[in-house]
Amino acid sequence: MGTILIKNGSLVRDGVRVADILIKDDYISRIGRIDRGADETVDAEGKYVFYGFCDMHTHLREPGFTHKETVKTGAAAAAKGGFTDIFCMPNTNPVCDSEVVAEFINRRAEQAGYVRVHPVGAITKGLKGAELSAMAGLKTAGVLAVSDDGCPVSDGAVMRRGMEYADGLGLLVLSHSEDKSLSAGGVVNEGANSVAAGLPGISRAAEEAGIARDLILAETLGIRIHICHVSTRGGVELVRYFKRKGVAVTAETCPHYFALNDACILDYNTAAKVNPPIRTEDDRKAVIEGIADGAIDVIATDHAPHSAGEKAADFVGAPFGISGLETAFSLSYTILVQSGIIDIVKLGDLLSAAPRRITGLGGRLREGERADITVIDPDLSWRIDAQRLVSMGKNTPFDGVKAHGMVTETIVSGRRLVREGRLVRPC
Amino acid sequence: MKHLLGIEALTAADITGLLDRAEDAKQRLLNRKKSDALRGKSVVTLFYENSTRTKLSFELAARYTGADVSSLAVSTSSVNKGESLIDTGRTLDALLADIIVIRHAVSGTPLFLSGQIAASVINAGDGMHEHPTQALLDFFTMRERFGGLSGLSVAILGDVAHSRVARSNILGLVKLGASVTVAGPKTLVPKEIERLGCKVVYAAADAVKDADVIMGLRLQLERQRSALIPDAGEYNRFFGITPALLAHNTRNAVILHPGPVNRDVELDFSLVESAPSLIHGQVLNGVAVRMAVLETVAAAKREEA
Repeated sequence: MGTILIKNGSLVRDGVRVADILIKDDYISRIGRIDRGADETVDAEGKYVFYGFCDMHTHLREPGFTHKETVKTGAAAAAKGGFTDIFCMPNTNPVCDSEVVAEFINRRAEQAGYVRVHPVGAITKGLKGAELSAMAGLKTAGVLAVSDDGCPVSDGAVMRRGMEYADGLGLLVLSHSEDKSLSAGGVVNEGANSVAAGLPGISRAAEEAGIARDLILAETLGIRIHICHVSTRGGVELVRYFKRKGVAVTAETCPHYFALNDACILDYNTAAKVNPPIRTEDDRKAVIEGIADGAIDVIATDHAPHSAGEKAADFVGAPFGISGLETAFSLSYTILVQSGIIDIVKLGDLLSAAPRRITGLGGRLREGERADITVIDPDLSWRIDAQRLVSMGKNTPFDGVKAHGMVTETIVSGRRLVREGRLVRPC
Repeated sequence: MKHLLGIEALTAADITGLLDRAEDAKQRLLNRKKSDALRGKSVVTLFYENSTRTKLSFELAARYTGADVSSLAVSTSSVNKGESLIDTGRTLDALLADIIVIRHAVSGTPLFLSGQIAASVINAGDGMHEHPTQALLDFFTMRERFGGLSGLSVAILGDVAHSRVARSNILGLVKLGASVTVAGPKTLVPKEIERLGCKVVYAAADAVKDADVIMGLRLQLERQRSALIPDAGEYNRFFGITPALLAHNTRNAVILHPGPVNRDVELDFSLVESAPSLIHGQVLNGVAVRMAVLETVAAAKREEA
């Protein structure tokens, strides 16, 4: 494979320092001042160099819904967004509740040759919330985490058994926490804007009651849990409170929860229809506070691609979901770092170090590690253009928004998938 | 005004202009005189939900103003084969419809459709959002009775949460200088409805006390199954418009209801035909108002062309 020299980059680790990185084949061979030549050189002067971003929450739609996205197109979109590792949720058809499906996804990802894809197994068979999925078998296919994302386990006893069984295998539980009886029928956040638009609301109580139950289970059982896509002030406060109590809880949010408030649904733009729904300005601020004070550990995308035809429907009929892989870094950089809320080191933690630590993937910028690297040019700005996304899902509420900071290199196991901002076909 | 999507986008002057035009239309109606304001125009009604008054009055209004009117029977159309709203809309466009009158169960569909096609779109009721022509005919009926709406006190009773009629009325009445109080069981009055400019009380007697107009809303009896109300009997007793409730009123209020009425649920049987009830007058006013809306929209389209 040869050598790649990343020259003069600002390496983002515990702090920021300028150094060169020499990649040999698929690993980081040296970090420091490197004067020798290499087969390829990346000029990283003025750019930030991170260990590869890791998205704990994507939907790749294959098998079953390949008109929305395939493993290949999703993995390509991830590379474009700076992610070297992504976790894909099990709500495919068939559901990823057995090693057969997990192995199929693994094979598809290998064939695609873009980023590393980690299938998330289901907690229950068919996401039906009744019987446990074959988690030990899933683990043999390399599965690291389980979730019934989108179809949360409503029966508390089944959730408890699922957590226990998973924990016995060392599998992490990712909880989409939602009391479906409280959210049923809703399509947007319940509040002044749902009243104005006349759209059925989803109460914050649905999310917060779900989070509370799962945190109490985690505390009672002494089992760690990861709370997905926190969107409300109460959700952030619950996570913060249980962390203070010493419960092993981690949490993620998504860029749309700190970039937007629910006024964005007043024109019935179905690109902004997502579950949990985009909340009020107060919730948006609370999510940002949670990011800043550590209540929230991770920024995930909840990348949920849909076809144009599916989203070109009435607001109730259109599916939930935002295509997020390619905009996550720039939105986070623009909203959180440029405004001074967090520094670049913290952003590296949210997008790379924390998800790697929580999922057990590991990896950081040091000699001997696998060469998974993301390079960012903070001085480039761009206008998000839905039609130019690599993902098949063009469903973004950020179409036309100007964002700052751009992924210029994504290197996976020493392979340059994004070169100077352009996605290249993997070899 | 190329489209009429809701009362929200209208100014007080827009509304008054429409009501003035409707007055003229009503005179023509009473004299059985047709106009040719929409001669050569094609009006299509596209109703995804059932309707008697709104659909028929739009069709009559289109005929009385000289338009060619067609009505797509959604239940026997390709919609039943799964044709999407956008494809149905574009088909009507391809058939050179000038004005599409749409009713749909989902809020926002008229706005969505208006962005996708060349024809003008008139909202005949979208989900829980707006029903602008119903509100206009209510304003028209109130104006006929009281001469104007400024300073009028209007009580809206019942299922405010699910009512597009309530929303359009609140938005318009506030613009026209009336004061609005809504009342209903707390399960049927959304918490943030005050932001639209109305007052909220939870006892019907408090709402009607100083009202000039008492407006009932249709209660969908299925609400009982979603635990929103205990039963129709309790609803009628505490939130229905009954002679006992009217005894709390100090101003000889008139009664409005958009229909169809659940008699003895939200409105007592005896009151529908009673002296204070303007319900039957509302129906004819509905045709006049819709004539005015069609003429206004058609004129705007002509200017655009």
